[in-house]
Amino acid sequence: MKNKMFDRRGFLKGAGVLGAGLAFPGLALSQGAKIKVGLMLPYTGTYAALGVAIENGFRMALAESGGRLGGREVEFYKVDDESEPAKATDNVNRLVTRDKVDVVVGTVHSGVAAGMIRVTKESGTLHIIPNAGVGAATGPLCAPNIVRTSFSNWQSGYAMGAVLAQRKSIRNVVTLTWRYAAGEEFVKGFKDGYAKGGGAVAKELWLPFPNVEFQALLTEIASVRPDAVYSFFAGGGAAKFLRDYAQAGLKDKIPLVGPGFLTDGVLDAAGDAAQGIETCLHYADSLNTKRDNDFRAAYAKAYKMPPDVYAVQGYDSGLLLAAALKSAGGRIEDRKAVVAAMEKVTVDSPRGKWHLSKAHNPVQDIYLRRVSGKENKYVGVAVKGLDDDPASIAACKMS
Amino acid sequence: MDLHTFLIQLLNGVQYGLLLFLVASGLTLVFGIMGIINVAHGSFYMIGAYLAWSLTARLGSFWIAVPAAIVVAAAVGVLLEWLVIRRLYDRDHLYQVLLTYGLILVFEEMRSLLWGDDVRGVPVPASLGSSIPLTETLSYPVYRLFISGVCLAVALLIVWVIQKTRLGMIIRAGSVDRQMVQALGIDVHALYRVVFAAGITLAAFAGMVSAPVSAIAPGMGNPVLIVCFVIIVIGGMGSVKGAMLASLLIGLVDTFGKVVHVEIGGLHVLPELSSMTVYLLMAVVLLWRPEGIFGRRA
Amino acid sequence: MSRSAVALVACIVALALVPLFAEKFYVQFFAKIIIMAILAMSLDLLLGYAGLVSFGHAAFYGAAGYALALATPQFQAASFWTSLPLAVAASALLALAIGFFVVRTRGIYFIMVTLAFAQMLFFLFYDTKIAGGNDGIYIDARPVADIAGWRPFSLDDYRHVYWLALAFLAAVYVLLRTVLRSPFGRAIAGIRVNEQRMISLGYATFRYKLACFVLSGAIAGIAGYLAAVQFGVVNPETLGWHLSAAVMMMVILGGMGTLLGPVLGAAAWMLLELGLQGLPDAGGVNLGKHWQLFMGLFIVVATLVLPHGIVGLARSLRRPAERSLDKLGTNDGLGTNDG
Repeated sequence: MKNKMFDRRGFLKGAGVLGAGLAFPGLALSQGAKIKVGLMLPYTGTYAALGVAIENGFRMALAESGGRLGGREVEFYKVDDESEPAKATDNVNRLVTRDKVDVVVGTVHSGVAAGMIRVTKESGTLHIIPNAGVGAATGPLCAPNIVRTSFSNWQSGYAMGAVLAQRKSIRNVVTLTWRYAAGEEFVKGFKDGYAKGGGAVAKELWLPFPNVEFQALLTEIASVRPDAVYSFFAGGGAAKFLRDYAQAGLKDKIPLVGPGFLTDGVLDAAGDAAQGIETCLHYADSLNTKRDNDFRAAYAKAYKMPPDVYAVQGYDSGLLLAAALKSAGGRIEDRKAVVAAMEKVTVDSPRGKWHLSKAHNPVQDIYLRRVSGKENKYVGVAVKGLDDDPASIAACKMS
Repeated sequence: MDLHTFLIQLLNGVQYGLLLFLVASGLTLVFGIMGIINVAHGSFYMIGAYLAWSLTARLGSFWIAVPAAIVVAAAVGVLLEWLVIRRLYDRDHLYQVLLTYGLILVFEEMRSLLWGDDVRGVPVPASLGSSIPLTETLSYPVYRLFISGVCLAVALLIVWVIQKTRLGMIIRAGSVDRQMVQALGIDVHALYRVVFAAGITLAAFAGMVSAPVSAIAPGMGNPVLIVCFVIIVIGGMGSVKGAMLASLLIGLVDTFGKVVHVEIGGLHVLPELSSMTVYLLMAVVLLWRPEGIFGRRA
Repeated sequence: MSRSAVALVACIVALALVPLFAEKFYVQFFAKIIIMAILAMSLDLLLGYAGLVSFGHAAFYGAAGYALALATPQFQAASFWTSLPLAVAASALLALAIGFFVVRTRGIYFIMVTLAFAQMLFFLFYDTKIAGGNDGIYIDARPVADIAGWRPFSLDDYRHVYWLALAFLAAVYVLLRTVLRSPFGRAIAGIRVNEQRMISLGYATFRYKLACFVLSGAIAGIAGYLAAVQFGVVNPETLGWHLSAAVMMMVILGGMGTLLGPVLGAAAWMLLELGLQGLPDAGGVNLGKHWQLFMGLFIVVATLVLPHGIVGLARSLRRPAERSLDKLGTNDGLGTNDG
């Protein structure tokens, strides 16, 4: 095995030096050199499990192409962003300016990602966003080198709004979430989708991020008595909210809905409090397609735990990068070619097939799921082939 | 807001205020009696919560975990006082603030090393797991009522110890004239050790008892600490009475600030600026009585 | 020129040469140190010279950054010549407003209320949409320094930002030196040592303390403006108490009551932070990830062992004979307005 790798590397080096040395003297040295991948993810704090899942998925995708991208070996640089927007520019600068990575993969928190894209937009570094749904990344701040493999916050909110709009019994809704970019975008998406059915949101309740003192607001919900509550929380906050909602006796009286993040990865902690809650997301448990089943089995074997949407997004990031680099002959330095290749790829993802929109956001099916036992069970397709918020699409001007 | 909702929000506010009192009382006692300002006080709230989580997992029962955690917290307090705090007695407040700030960092990282960085939860003990229906939609968790009861009991205990016991008499004397107490043959250093350990144990106990209804997460002590400062400034440093009044006031202002709608000249002031309400309250009190409501005139 | 003045000028010249041969990451890092040094000097004016322990100093630093962010039209650049004075004025006015309330308190109350007011400002920006909430607000186009078509420097160039910061550091140093040697400065020192006596001598000490507070806030504003220009982003953490505590530590570490102390303290602190973050793994644990543990231990030990900071340490090492004289004087920078 070792001999083979040595030979392959030697062959590549020789061919590279010969070929590239004729045309591009500068590239001769980098061909065969390792591809530097910078992972900027939350490894601590409320989103720590998500960061780990994304990295796991990404590495799994890489393992499927022999641990290489476009034939070249990969070197990882990791930064813990702690989900702190304040440190975002500092952290990403470390990867881009000091470590000079070829591609940045990150992050989870929308506020942190907003800081990252400003730096990568300026530096032109290839940037794959494996989760953060902040609209600006594929909206007013879009750039050719910035690509997202997850979702936009608006998409998920819109889908849920569209679902509720079709139910005649739901006539007034209250929204409740953290007051920060992601929370606001989910609510906007929900309102856009819900408005299609002629409904309107009765009240919008907000909580400062990452506050989890819900008592006062739960009391408020009880006094307003809406037909449904649309809520977004994630991680530890979501688990607590689900428990508090149940303890306040609201669970069986006022249906709770939200984006998938409300119930993804928290079912262990929330237990009974989460049963029956409906959510919308671009992934679900028990999709029962061959692609997904194979993925889930392989992931569980490698990491001793079932995958979640974050793992899938990390995996898809790896798939996309690998496919694009394969097309571009491993030349990650040729960013234009790599991006052009990404735009043409249809990713065969465990979630289903998807491709990048013009603004570099996934165009994908959004599913309706319901919590049953320890799973977010697939119920049906909420919206098929959903693109992004029309306002975002219009605002994206890629030069 | 109808009467029912108002009363329930009142209950919410009082419950929150009582919990704040439990934490703030320790801080004000330590300052009032020892003259030490300990900004790491909030870290003990966090330590208490994590201890509750870790010991409940290990020992299997919340009711066994809490007394065990109290013992651990008190031991940590004694150790800390002996190692570090007693060197601060004759130092400037500036150095006390800085040194204890350093302790915050140390505790936060040790927490990370010992118990990791994930968000944890402690299940509400089964015996108190039900909810009392208050209206047709809203129920109130019994455990929250339990927390309020415990906080009140501890408050009464503190008052009783300070007013009616010999220890309390020594403490009161020591806070007024340390040298005289020493001259009378009482070991002031041992006294301070006890007071400090008690102070931080109160904060840890608050963390433990509220663990089942809070998100046990990194940095959970920081917001609590800042609010405690405001409580002590409003109530008067060293005054337990002041801490109780201020805590209840802040609990109510904070709770109602989140749900009432106030517009001033077209600008949405509440609930948008609900986080600022406690600081505005503090500013008002400062203008009226710079030393706090029950504070001693400097 | 005296020997120390020559040494200082030599240092400035040496620092000015850094961008010519250092990598971008390190030039920006050094610029960050310089900016922190300016902030630390402004706090030392309060801490070391006036004896006012302000625990919310970052508020004036962050306010200037927010002023720039709010004064910059979206996707367009503001003018350097108008936005800088605006930002500094914003910080100064804020210091006046907060100072009006807090300067009337003393001792431990002063510490706590400065912290609490800074927190109030923090939450104002964190919770509302005035400036992007807790995600912060971005300055997408750096201010331009054009005067009638002539551009003396470009703030898009990281080296120009560095040199600008260095120029301000020198200017602030000269300014503070002049102020501290003036009658105003001497009055401030007198207030720190014994306010009652100053009052009995007829000084309106409240006004002096407030003026000092405002000056200190304005200088912090300069640092905040430069930081916003360098990083292109402002967020509530720039108003937060962690930054306030870090700056206090820089001042103490370097040596309170001296002008160079805070500069040295800022450099030492930032270098320590960078060094600790790069620690390798040991015993299965990534030490670099837990750098704050070592930072915290360092703070605890330094507070106990180095009451006069690096400058004090240097002094005691250099001139042992004069150490006993120092004890008689009041040059130790300690003492607050405690009752």
